Amino acid sequence: MNNILVFCEITEEQQIAEVSLELCSKARKLADRLSARLDAIVIGNDIKDIEEQLFPFGVDSVFYINDSRLSFYQTLPFFSTITKLIQEETPEIVLFGATAVGRDLAPRIASYLRCGLTADCTSLEIGDHTDAKTKTVYKDILYQIRPAFGGNIIATIVSPETRPQMATVREGVMKKEIYNENHKGVIRNLKTEDYINDTDFCIEIMNRQIEAQKVNIKGAPIIVAGGYGMGSKENFALLHELADVIGGEVGATRAAVDAGFTEMERQIGQTGVTVRPKLYIACGISGAVQHRAGMDQSAKIISINTDPNAPINSIADYTIIGDAMDIIPKMIKSYKNNML
Amino acid sequence: MNNKDFKIVVLAKQVPDTHNVGKDAMKEDGTINRAALPAIFNPDDLKALEMALACKDALKDLMPVTVTVITMGPSRAADIIRESMFRGADNGIVVSDKRFAGSDTLATSYALSAAVKKLGKVDIVFSGRQAIDGDTAQVGPQVAEKLEIPQITYAEELVAMSENEIVIKRRLDRGVETVKTSFPVLITVHGNANDCRPRHAARLLKNKKACSLTEVKESQQSTANSQQFVEDMKALWAKKPYLKIEEWTADDINPDFARLGLSGSPTKVKSIENVVLTSKENKKINNSESEINELMKELVTAHII
Repeated sequence: MNNILVFCEITEEQQIAEVSLELCSKARKLADRLSARLDAIVIGNDIKDIEEQLFPFGVDSVFYINDSRLSFYQTLPFFSTITKLIQEETPEIVLFGATAVGRDLAPRIASYLRCGLTADCTSLEIGDHTDAKTKTVYKDILYQIRPAFGGNIIATIVSPETRPQMATVREGVMKKEIYNENHKGVIRNLKTEDYINDTDFCIEIMNRQIEAQKVNIKGAPIIVAGGYGMGSKENFALLHELADVIGGEVGATRAAVDAGFTEMERQIGQTGVTVRPKLYIACGISGAVQHRAGMDQSAKIISINTDPNAPINSIADYTIIGDAMDIIPKMIKSYKNNML
Repeated sequence: MNNKDFKIVVLAKQVPDTHNVGKDAMKEDGTINRAALPAIFNPDDLKALEMALACKDALKDLMPVTVTVITMGPSRAADIIRESMFRGADNGIVVSDKRFAGSDTLATSYALSAAVKKLGKVDIVFSGRQAIDGDTAQVGPQVAEKLEIPQITYAEELVAMSENEIVIKRRLDRGVETVKTSFPVLITVHGNANDCRPRHAARLLKNKKACSLTEVKESQQSTANSQQFVEDMKALWAKKPYLKIEEWTADDINPDFARLGLSGSPTKVKSIENVVLTSKENKKINNSESEINELMKELVTAHII
């Protein structure tokens, strides 16, 4: 069959997750390139407005399992459903968000189907591949592109022989775009008993404590981010001061989070969130590729660094060479002067 | 060991220390040149070992419990088996074979699951959530699937443990969830979980001679009285079998050879690129008050801030 399947994750608020809509947007483009149908699967308990949420993103058909036991994600019922659906519909490509759910579910499915899976892709493209040894040419297959190993390389991974081709993608990496407000698809209700065994419910959820995200750096138009070069938790306070003054949020690199300068929710990069603010101020950040993968789509980048050769400078629009502890107070002072 | 024993397996990996990457780190085919890098115990796997040892502590007065560490890799991976024994593991196995070379996560999980199956009845399989050299977090769930047992990922805390069930607090994207299940089960352990207990002095003394046959043979080349050393170790292993770190090859785990290594790996590296930064028009600004003032004015004028 010529189709692409996107696994649509349900949030705590019983909505289709942002990452799933981003994936649908990307998958629609891949589907158009392949003249393929775009399918989505939704598994949950009484999910409202699936049509309104999904069809504008170009989804042609939604497979929907509605069961009161499926209010929350559980590995085995979801695994059983999706593996069976894949066997029935034989999609070329299956995409998942690289969330706690997607990273639990996708590997198990790939293992069962014995197909390839690439984690945390930063880009997906369609192209041809020639096997170096056999010279076999594979037409129109999925390029799964991700930074790899130590962050110094970008690897393009393909799964030429096995189907479906599977990948996970982090939230914020693909752009959410309406395809057509009037696009119409169909909803196909699946019967639970055809897909799920009662024995799949063998792990009992005793308790869930969901915390609203304290920090929302993903939606922030301005991000003041600090790296290991900030030196201490105390110095991070200055970043908060600047962010407060200019109406932004504070982000951080993995090194700064690992060093305990700030909390993990603020981590930007391949592990962490991906952001695309209109202004990104990178303070004491050298710019490892894993970090850049999470912020290089920012509209404007200012780098403040004592090292004139820091890799981040080469993607920055403005580079200020110097100590952030000295420069930030000058920025705050200047902003206040210009606005008053 | 018999079937009444409670058996715990920890899957651990010796990983290149990605914080110290040199320029010889990649081979031409796009796979990692492990020989060129310092090797460490994968951090999440050490946390998995701790959770396994905590399970053993909870049950050991009720029944015999063994904690076996399995690692797949070159023979020098015996280092992390020894380290595990110093910290509380009972024994360990290095699964090593040239035929595993080039394995992606699917071929790796196939080989590991075949090794676990060879141990017979196993109650809990622990592994770290992910390894720092790949960050894929795929092998744990894939081993669970191949063993046809349930999985609990991102375990952060062992809440309760009895001979019939385990209660685990697991980390979600936006909170935590407490789950309960019976055995067998595979559990992947999150980096937020408790740190592994340190080496124990008595265990260090007891296990410091633990080694594998390959290690004995390799050290033999540099010793004058080599044959004697091999004989001595064999005599020691006969008396104290726990000091022998087992080594299994592909033949020992009874696999379908087509599912190992490169041939068992559906994902192929098509190309790798060194990252070349695309430079935009880059303005250098010195840190004087006047230049910073100009920049801020520009940003305000452009409605960026």
